[in-house]
Amino acid sequence: MSDLLVEPSSTSHAQRVIGGLLRSREIAVLSVLVALILVTTFKSHGFLFSSTGWRDLLLTPSLLLILAVGQTVVIITRNVDLSVGSILGLTAYLTGKLFSDHPNLPIVAVFVIGMLFGAALGLVNGVLVAWGKVPALVITLGTLYIYRGAFLTWAGSDRINASDLPKDFLKLGTQQVLTIPVLTIIAATVLVVVGYVLYTARSGRELYAIGSDPDAADLYGLPVTRRVLLAFVTSGALAGLAGIVYVARYGTVSSGAGSGIELQAVGAAVIGGVAIFGGSGTVWGAAIGAFLLVTINRALPILGISDFWQQAVVGALILAAVVLDRVLTLRQERQLVEARDR
Amino acid sequence: MSTPVLDRPADATTYAAHAHPLWRRALVTPEVAVIALLVLVYAWSNANVANFDNPLTLYYLFLDTAPILLIALPMTLVIVTGEIDLSVASVVGLSSVVVGMLHHDAGLSIPVAAALAVVMGMAAGALNGFLVAYVGLPSLAVTIGTLALYRGIAVGLLGTEAVTDFPDKWTDLAKERISEGSSYPMVLVPFVILLVLFAWLLHFTSFGRGVYDIGLNSEAAHFSGVNVELTKFWLFVLCGAVSAFAGVYYTLRYGSARGDNATGLELSVIAAVLLGGVSIFGGRGALHGVVAGVLLIGVISSAMRLENYTVNVINIVIGVLLVLSVMTTSLLGRARSLAARARGGGPRPPRRRNAVAAAPASESSTEDSGTQERHPE
Repeated sequence: MSDLLVEPSSTSHAQRVIGGLLRSREIAVLSVLVALILVTTFKSHGFLFSSTGWRDLLLTPSLLLILAVGQTVVIITRNVDLSVGSILGLTAYLTGKLFSDHPNLPIVAVFVIGMLFGAALGLVNGVLVAWGKVPALVITLGTLYIYRGAFLTWAGSDRINASDLPKDFLKLGTQQVLTIPVLTIIAATVLVVVGYVLYTARSGRELYAIGSDPDAADLYGLPVTRRVLLAFVTSGALAGLAGIVYVARYGTVSSGAGSGIELQAVGAAVIGGVAIFGGSGTVWGAAIGAFLLVTINRALPILGISDFWQQAVVGALILAAVVLDRVLTLRQERQLVEARDR
Repeated sequence: MSTPVLDRPADATTYAAHAHPLWRRALVTPEVAVIALLVLVYAWSNANVANFDNPLTLYYLFLDTAPILLIALPMTLVIVTGEIDLSVASVVGLSSVVVGMLHHDAGLSIPVAAALAVVMGMAAGALNGFLVAYVGLPSLAVTIGTLALYRGIAVGLLGTEAVTDFPDKWTDLAKERISEGSSYPMVLVPFVILLVLFAWLLHFTSFGRGVYDIGLNSEAAHFSGVNVELTKFWLFVLCGAVSAFAGVYYTLRYGSARGDNATGLELSVIAAVLLGGVSIFGGRGALHGVVAGVLLIGVISSAMRLENYTVNVINIVIGVLLVLSVMTTSLLGRARSLAARARGGGPRPPRRRNAVAAAPASESSTEDSGTQERHPE
């Protein structure tokens, strides 16, 4: 057993780091995003250089970014959470109700209550998926109906208007610190915390292990049930946070709040290089994917394409992303086989 | 080290499915459970819900669930292979727009426009099928992409406009009854024809056996001579074609072609198929269960609507049913394996008996020999 299975790489450390960066999916999607912003800005300077343009560029993606981060955590474990749109709607309505029924409640308390509420809904998903040993797609499809039905039954024909909400809270939606909107800072904080945990913490790495091969993870002694539960609770809590952000951003909650956004969140993760069968991908990629999806929607009208075509472009983008992934994986496999046979 | 798989005695390869008498295998199935539930709910509603026995109730039930009934047929086959098609509702929308534009702008007659729409649906399904079967991409990701793509094309083509000037002859046909005063609308005729075709295809042909084989183990299916790629490809094409046909029906039924027609219908279809006892992992399911699943949702919805419940409460009930239906299968399976373990092996053959005999010293076998001592055979 003296032969090394893998020869030490002959390239230097710096070369490897740079090579890895250049080949990384995140950089590829980021360059598409940057190119898009540049082209659009070239067409209309206000897209980047006016104060509202700059604000909207950062502010609009924050909602989807939070959802995409939560979705990524779940997808990495080879599951999927389709109920996030309904959790968002339900929490958004809860937030509005809290403010209109208890006007003196501090804003921080509302954030905590909303996230706990979302986490509880996520826990229901997690318990059904992890302990029931049933596919997440079916369970979260069911809870998508249940949560949305609960939301609409609770809300009835009632809707939350800006006049029901405290001024401080509404200001949060437009407030900026050093020209960066507060909601974007919240989203970025979530991204950094989750990204750090997934990259370094033991529990984060275990999520990847579970997604790569659930049976092997189980045999290895990883607490699969608990970790999957954790992933769903995280996704639920972040969907709850997104619900609060939704209210702060738009100032109203109607019956359509968050409907259909679950597929956008999955799409953002897929564009960002998160493999739908788990085990690979980063929240950074998903965040850039979310940014790209939202920015395309805003850029198309400026580029002279009717905004009715937005969805088609998004679909083409998702397809291109998965096809590209496949091609790259095949190439890598071939190279590995060649290296082994040599 | 001897391999247990090779040493397994010949008499141990009893298939669990054949361990019970035929009547039990035929009756104790999820499909029969769904059908029984459907009959129960229908009988209960007939007796207790005011106006449920009105022929109009059944007429509107069939009229409203027809698109789901239609699309559920090919969707069952797709899910049995272990794949999924989320783009069906977008194909319905796209086909609706295509029919509207071909009729309104190009002046084609409805049958020609409908035929072209179905061809378009086949092309849409072929793109899904090509990417899934031949490029080897996960169908969940592909069809989320085409869900957005096809819907986007539909909305892009027509914008916020709607085409509504369809000839009365055709819009009336979509709502016509089979015979005057009966509660069965005309759309059931193509549905029954398709049902017979799909039931024949899935349950009585070698193609259908291949569909199940792929869902159980696509590699084994490949080695037993099933053309996995081609089978999957055609299933997606069928799914696109039937969805496009449902789109034509949808357009004529409501007399309007819009880009956002039938948004979200894919979730209703998948919910109904899974409720009908089809396993999302593939390899299990039957069309009679699926039809019962669709009708069960339809009957519950119309009964609850007559009792003045809102559509939201109905959605909660459907969601709970969906979750319960998969949970019971999983929990029953777990209870059965627990019971089997308590009986000391039960229907599962004692797999490692010979392995234990061949390698008594190996560490992994001590546990097995222990169980054998406690449960001598």
